[in-house]
Amino acid sequence: MKDNNIRLDHKIIFKIIEPGSSVLDLGCAGGELLDLLVKGKKIKARGIELKEEDIYRCVEKGLSVFHGDIEGGLGEYPDNSFDYVILNQSMQETKKVEFVLQESLRVGRKVIIGFPNFAYIRSRFDLFFKGKAPVTYSLPYSWYESPNIHFLSIKDFDNYCREKKIDVLKKYYLGKSTAVRFFPNLLAINAIFVIGKSQVST
Amino acid sequence: MIKDKNIGTVETEYFTFARHPDEMILGSGKKLGPVTIAYETYGRLDKDKSNAILVVHALSGDAHAAGFHKGDKKPGWWDNMIGPGKAFDTEKYFIICSNVIGGCSGSTGPSSSDPERGRPYGLDFPIITISDMVNAQRFLIDHLGIEKLLCVVGGSMGGMQVLQWAASYPDRVISAVPIATAVKHSPQQIAFNEVGRQAVMSDPAWRGGDYYGSGKPERGLAIARMIGHITYMSDESMEEKFSRKLKNGSYNFSFLPEFEVEGYLHYRGDNFVKRFDANSYLYITKAIDYFDLSPGEKLIPEDKEVNINFLVIAFKSDWLYPSYQSREIVRFLKTRNIDVTYCEINSTYGHDAFLLESKEETRLLKHFLNKICSGIKNER
Repeated sequence: MKDNNIRLDHKIIFKIIEPGSSVLDLGCAGGELLDLLVKGKKIKARGIELKEEDIYRCVEKGLSVFHGDIEGGLGEYPDNSFDYVILNQSMQETKKVEFVLQESLRVGRKVIIGFPNFAYIRSRFDLFFKGKAPVTYSLPYSWYESPNIHFLSIKDFDNYCREKKIDVLKKYYLGKSTAVRFFPNLLAINAIFVIGKSQVST
Repeated sequence: MIKDKNIGTVETEYFTFARHPDEMILGSGKKLGPVTIAYETYGRLDKDKSNAILVVHALSGDAHAAGFHKGDKKPGWWDNMIGPGKAFDTEKYFIICSNVIGGCSGSTGPSSSDPERGRPYGLDFPIITISDMVNAQRFLIDHLGIEKLLCVVGGSMGGMQVLQWAASYPDRVISAVPIATAVKHSPQQIAFNEVGRQAVMSDPAWRGGDYYGSGKPERGLAIARMIGHITYMSDESMEEKFSRKLKNGSYNFSFLPEFEVEGYLHYRGDNFVKRFDANSYLYITKAIDYFDLSPGEKLIPEDKEVNINFLVIAFKSDWLYPSYQSREIVRFLKTRNIDVTYCEINSTYGHDAFLLESKEETRLLKHFLNKICSGIKNER
């Protein structure tokens, strides 16, 4: 990967995935991440995407994709069909988050989840001092145009995984262009979690 | 996209096989032979015969998929997709299209002469299935010396043949593109076909299928076609095309066709009977109704390793073959971990879209075929 234009979250996910893995990207958009992984890691790639125009862009890249919503597209895959299921910036847009997470953990051995951190300091500032719904780098939408229907912080997701006995295998905290080392729930704009079924560790 | 480029004048060719005593054994157990298949080819078969694409047609289609027959003003039925620089690029691929058996455009069907009796088969023609159509095509592919088809592609009944190719000859198909089709015919679809058949059979001129010496059951077949055309369009496309427009601007206060939509259906019906045999209509619609590869085991047997790459295409406004039926195909394929891409094109044309939305289909097919080709190269 030489290209400096590659998004930080894509760079991190690229590093996580071992060469030759099978990967299902839920909400794969125009297939940028999958394309990167196919070229750099020779993965077996599949995607699910709702937007028709994005389907064409994926097919132009030679990717195999399913046109439809994530909830409807996951069901048919046999258990453990993929080494990785990716939910990058798409979990917060799905209606049935728990269903999608369970299904992802069923069809994938590991699940990579990238989401915007709602507790980022600028969000807190917008809400606390300005009294406005936050608009930040990772949450760039005004309240009336946002596709996001779930808002969560890094702490929220940590707690969720603990409650549901989901194994958290790795966590990455992201700033705009570099990793965040301290006080992630306050300073990170995005987080990437690698999770697995609880029985993996027991 | 390159426009107005086409492959010029083309000719239909014929291949005859299954001569006595090697008749084709049909799905019904009956024998058929000799069998003639009318076919056309476009482009050039490469040295190792690895660039062949089989295009399979829908209910009323024929072998003439592209280019012009001598003296004709209208090109073949999928000319917007087949030609130099088009989705099925004739500079790269060798395209084959054949008329199905049971048809009436050069291949053996009920209007062909029965060798035993020296007159048209009529209803003595055996009932055929989609699988029989595909088996006949396989004889043609063998005859052309092609071991593996790069792609089998078709819409509607053509899509059924695509699925049947995958089911019957998985080792001879590298990629498959079923468009606007289903893994099985639904009761609603069977119902429309039955109304069409009843329209034909209730025409006194049909005479139990034995009309070749008298006169064709034109009214019956025209009505069947009119019903068909309603199901091929969408509410929206009819509104756009005809609205409530009148041919003469005001009401006749009579039962003569006066709405433009009526005129259109009559025109379509009347034109159809000129080129299509009523008995073929019965046999082919029956073959479609018998089609059922569900559950998935028939499409992809559980004990078989199948390596076909699928591209499944549906259209949003298609209510004759609704997109849920295409998703059903995709579902079967996913459970077997078969490589499949699915796209539901946002079209208002209804079922007809598979013949009309060439821009979107081209975008998908061009790159899909590129991927298939580069996949083959990588394997070498």
